[in-house]
Amino acid sequence: MQRIKWMVPTVYIAFLMLPIYWLLNMSFKTTNEILGTFSLWPLEFTVQNYVTIFTDPTWYMGYVNSLIYVTINTVISVAAALPAAYAFSRYKFVGDKHLFFWLLTNRMAPAAVFALPFFQLYSAIGLFDTYIAVALAHTLFNIPLAVWILEGFMSGVPKELDETAYVDGYPFWRFFIKIFLPTIAAGIGVAAFFCFMFSWVELLLAKTLTAVEAKPIAATMTRTASTSGYELGLLAAAGSLTIVPGAFVIYFVRNYIAKGFALGRV
Amino acid sequence: MTLELKNIVKRVGADTHIHETNLKLVGEGFNILLGTTLSGKTTLMQLMAGIDKPTSGEIWFGGANVTGGKVQDRNVSMVYQQFINYPNMTVYENIASPLRVARLPAGEIDKRVQGTADLLKLTPMLQRRPSELSGGQQQRTAIARALVKDADLVLLDEPLANLDYKLREELREELPKLFAGRECTVVYATTEPTEALLLGGHTALLHEGRVVQFGPTSQIYRQPETLIAAQVFSDPPINTASVTKTGGRIALSETVQWDAVGSFAALSDGTYTIGIRPHDIGPEAKNGQCVAIDGEVLVTELSGSESVVHFGVAGSTWVSQSHGVYSFKVGEGTRLYADISRAMLFDADQRLVARQGEAV
Repeated sequence: MQRIKWMVPTVYIAFLMLPIYWLLNMSFKTTNEILGTFSLWPLEFTVQNYVTIFTDPTWYMGYVNSLIYVTINTVISVAAALPAAYAFSRYKFVGDKHLFFWLLTNRMAPAAVFALPFFQLYSAIGLFDTYIAVALAHTLFNIPLAVWILEGFMSGVPKELDETAYVDGYPFWRFFIKIFLPTIAAGIGVAAFFCFMFSWVELLLAKTLTAVEAKPIAATMTRTASTSGYELGLLAAAGSLTIVPGAFVIYFVRNYIAKGFALGRV
Repeated sequence: MTLELKNIVKRVGADTHIHETNLKLVGEGFNILLGTTLSGKTTLMQLMAGIDKPTSGEIWFGGANVTGGKVQDRNVSMVYQQFINYPNMTVYENIASPLRVARLPAGEIDKRVQGTADLLKLTPMLQRRPSELSGGQQQRTAIARALVKDADLVLLDEPLANLDYKLREELREELPKLFAGRECTVVYATTEPTEALLLGGHTALLHEGRVVQFGPTSQIYRQPETLIAAQVFSDPPINTASVTKTGGRIALSETVQWDAVGSFAALSDGTYTIGIRPHDIGPEAKNGQCVAIDGEVLVTELSGSESVVHFGVAGSTWVSQSHGVYSFKVGEGTRLYADISRAMLFDADQRLVARQGEAV
């Protein structure tokens, strides 16, 4: 009995980790070994795949591009969501509940639906293949999410805090920036994290709206063949590196995320 | 400086939160707003502070009409029932914040913060954050912030309600001392009649968005103008029953009757509502004017040196509160004595017509 208790999570975690292990395993192999033999660990251990990625601009610029538009998107989404969430949490206005729900419905359509209109629109106004194009396209999904998350955190702050600040003489904006934002810092962290994640993993829009200049890593990574034939080792190394930023961010916000879940908003 | 509310009405949607109210507060001692939850205390305070605007009516403060003015432009401070402090600032910065917004010189700020912190025994905690303080210390910080700016109007909205018993008593004792000698109008909201009596000053009784009565606290307690005022200002609730006066006799029931004396004798015959405070009913007759009432014991509460008995009489439940420990058995009949000389009689319009044998 004791053994089964111990076994279940172990097996579960092993299954979870298997694809990641296989990715790492592949990334340290040569393409020939990947295609030719079945081996549980690299027989001809090589870091050449990683060297290629860090030296070839067509590879490493993918990461740079992705990080740039993801950052722009996170900043825009959170900045736009903060005043909106404040309004939803503090004021009553006609249709506020409907509007709040309607925001979420923006997330219900698949990204593919918006690929065509965005592509046509951005091409027409010269935004195609720019960072801001992808960043703006992603706000369609991220602003509603950020508003929902932030509203939850803001409603957790008693409105008496606002009133106390006004009574103390704070003008609205000074209160908002100096007192309110630090008070909901955890919520901003959680919202920013989710914006980052969605923008980081979103492939379709990012791929459709870029060509060369702003091409994201996910687009570079998912081409299966190139002029030099199959480069599976290289792709695996790129994939392994793509996990890193997400893992890094999640490590820093893990405590806040737990708080967000407790509020029922994540 | 005095605060005056002139014909203030506050409606939110179809609900009237404050019915037409006229109130002229006094500039010294406490102005207590006494009423149950949802009686409009907080709304009234928000109107006084300028956080909320009245639907109609005017608010005058120190001879100026401040209706609709921004709260930031008024020299007001407020303490809430919840312990509201700025969580991202230290206690020192919390207390200093109104002064920083007012752009006072740094030396002056430090002097005043230290002085106020000393007054509220917060000096050792100045560098801590509010979350690292106990509830009592958090509320002290909020009170310090309200005191430090020397506001003309200080609003205390049930500041002690969330504190535990010991701390509440301690702070309740300190509060009047803190405000003594300051030139400001202090408004204190509470749900507890006992608290109003302990703090003294003036009291406004609130009931369902109306000020039922306003005046010196002890006078209001002794002479409630209406039955509602008596009910608001009585804890445990005042005992009421319908009595009939015929000739020289007042009858509560067929068996409980007594001779009308004093001002009661002068009343015309008819039906009245009698109000007797719980502490005027006890298991022993205190004087010759007591009337024996037989009832059935429903609930007994024994709090140390005080006995509280709920008993059924003439179809309604009455409460007796007496010093000393008495043993009552639930379900058994008992005989209690009501001090009729301290009873109040209200007419059909619920207005006080006679009290403690005196005419009103």
